[in-house]
Amino acid sequence: MKKKVLSALLSATLIVSMLAGCGGNNDNPAGNTTPQPSQTSEQKPSDTQEPAAAEGQVLNIYCWNNEFRDRVVALYPGYEKIDETHGTIGDVSVVWNETPNKDNAYQNNLDQNLLNQESAAADSKIDMFLVEADYALKYVNSDYTMAVSDLGISSSDIANQYKYTQDVVTDSNGVLKGLSWQGCPGVMFYNREAAKEIFGSDDPATVQENVKDWATFNATAKTVADKGYKMVSSANDTYRTYSNNVSSPWVVDGKINVDENLMNWVNDSKALVDAGYTGTHDLWSDDWSAGFFPQGKVFCYFGPAWLVNYSMSADKEGSIGFNGGWGATEGPQGFFWGGTWICAATGTDNPTLVKDIMLQMTTNEEIMTDIVTTYDDFVNNKPAMEAMAADPNYSSKVLGGQNPLAMYCAGVDSLDLSNLSDYDQGCNEEFQKAMKNYFEGNASLDEAMQMFYKAVVEKYPNLTY
Amino acid sequence: MKSARRGKVVSYNKWGYIFLIPFVVVYLVFSLIPLIDTVYNSFFENYRIGLNQVGPNFVGLENFKAIFTSGEVWIYAKNTMIMWLLGFVPQIIISLLLGAWFSDPSLRLKGQRFFKTVIYLPNLIMASAFAMLFFTLFSDGGPINSLMIQTGLISTPFKFMSNVWSTRFLVATMNCLMWFGNTTILLMAGMMGIDTSLFEAAQVDGATSTQVFFRITLPLLRPILIYVMMTSLIGGLQMFDVPQILTGGTGDPMRSSMTLIMYLNKHLFSKNYGMGGALSVILFMITGVLSLLVYKVSNKKETY
Repeated sequence: MKKKVLSALLSATLIVSMLAGCGGNNDNPAGNTTPQPSQTSEQKPSDTQEPAAAEGQVLNIYCWNNEFRDRVVALYPGYEKIDETHGTIGDVSVVWNETPNKDNAYQNNLDQNLLNQESAAADSKIDMFLVEADYALKYVNSDYTMAVSDLGISSSDIANQYKYTQDVVTDSNGVLKGLSWQGCPGVMFYNREAAKEIFGSDDPATVQENVKDWATFNATAKTVADKGYKMVSSANDTYRTYSNNVSSPWVVDGKINVDENLMNWVNDSKALVDAGYTGTHDLWSDDWSAGFFPQGKVFCYFGPAWLVNYSMSADKEGSIGFNGGWGATEGPQGFFWGGTWICAATGTDNPTLVKDIMLQMTTNEEIMTDIVTTYDDFVNNKPAMEAMAADPNYSSKVLGGQNPLAMYCAGVDSLDLSNLSDYDQGCNEEFQKAMKNYFEGNASLDEAMQMFYKAVVEKYPNLTY
Repeated sequence: MKSARRGKVVSYNKWGYIFLIPFVVVYLVFSLIPLIDTVYNSFFENYRIGLNQVGPNFVGLENFKAIFTSGEVWIYAKNTMIMWLLGFVPQIIISLLLGAWFSDPSLRLKGQRFFKTVIYLPNLIMASAFAMLFFTLFSDGGPINSLMIQTGLISTPFKFMSNVWSTRFLVATMNCLMWFGNTTILLMAGMMGIDTSLFEAAQVDGATSTQVFFRITLPLLRPILIYVMMTSLIGGLQMFDVPQILTGGTGDPMRSSMTLIMYLNKHLFSKNYGMGGALSVILFMITGVLSLLVYKVSNKKETY
């Protein structure tokens, strides 16, 4: 009998342990075991300064890397760090739920938990999550994101922010649903040595004269190639510059719409690739980043401040950035790349704290200036950035002593993002992938377009073409 | 006395069933229920756009119709079979040869254990890591290209991933490298199971080693060969990780290296359980038919 019981128990544990593996990953690792009775969501976040005791005990923040976390840990007043993903603010414990972006894992995880938000226990509800521009509207246009006005943030609080950063997270009814602490206007970074060799000068004004619009840019590519350089590393380098300057969104009335400017990118890039002035590498591949070093022989890259500061091997000896060998100029057109937005999740039980974090990180000038000096971010505060742009003491080492902030300021003002759609991420990715086939001569333009349509419809079965 | 004995028999039977419970439960939960669920799902329109769920709405055979009218599934089935064959043919030849050498006592090979371990090693590497390695090796600026340029074979880098056959060939090479050790071990086990007196008799009769291989080893190895064929075919139809990682999920150039499972994976972005289910059912049928075919062809009446 004993044996029988034992064996039944053993097989039971075996099965249970196997099933346990399939359990959802939304268990909250918070040490706090007694779930607080859920708050009535009608509670208006009034002017009470400290997080009211009646609010939730756990603040859950969903993110994909440590960028925002580092800034909050270092600069948010009253944040006490416990370990990498846990901390406290006053009585509230903060839990960072970090899922990497790769293969859409971050969004898959976030979606699942947002869909379970209503039935989740108060302390495991998502309070705050981060999004990127390419897919911001997916969340902003849903009911899972709170309007910032409902949190008690008024338009005068955020008057100093750049308009484009608010365009990105404004829903189809014109309601603002998120805030960002940074701006990511892009410029053109050129190799100073190459510029001297090609144009006889590495002065930004001289270079700008040769890349002032796309026609000039493409003509210059030949001059650059004659000296043995590639104009840009890959056709994908210029993609965002075109795609940020479209005059219609990716999807119009449920139909996939390819803007004229994107076709300009295709035609211009095809000409460059065919002439051998650029490659077709994927961004972030080893072949693409070869030009970070002088032997890679690439004339320029397009990107925002974070690209040249952190992603172009500036910390590696021998790289162009290490020797301060990059110069910055506006390039043919303004664009932006990257940036992180903070959204409040509907159903949060910590609205006051969420509001305060959003305000502190995105409007407090003192904290924002600290972000600039500590992390070299371009922050979302117009007067502060303009002041720094005029400051002769600020210069960038990677850019050989140039102060690029004025250029960023000019670029960010001209951005118009009224043509974003819910489908941007999938469409942008698939368009570049499909066109690579055309550039490499494996397909005609028509075949590549069909491939693009096919791939988009696979991702978004509700669309037609 | 009698009744006591019967009682014992019954209780032993019970033990048999109790020991079967773990398997049956695991099979039900992880195989049979998902299988039925997949078929069930294939009749529904059921996907997610952003955070909005569409369906599930019953649509009958619409999903299957959509798959067959686009005809893409056959292209991907063809790609899969091409890449499988490209890898399997050299794999079986190498394995037979190695198996025959290892199991031949007259060769007295030294360090057998060492070599058996070495040829099995590639299988221990994760397929995705292996694919990453090949991706780096064969990239435009990778070691293979710089080697070929430096030795003067070519003047400009050869774009391995931008050429239909070189991409397929790389996938096949990787699969072959990963699985030939496993196949060798299986075939060797089969060869060692053959009665040695047959080989000795053949030698006494003056048969050459080629004759021994084709007249004795191969025919007697047939059951194992069929098994190897079948498992490799089923594994080949489910080919996914190697081409997925090597081509970054695109199956480029122009999806010429996209396999059936990679196509299935494409539908998971939108959590499209309807289309995914229908595709899985089709895949299930293709696998069934091909396995049956292989079985029928190779299981003909013995002719000696």
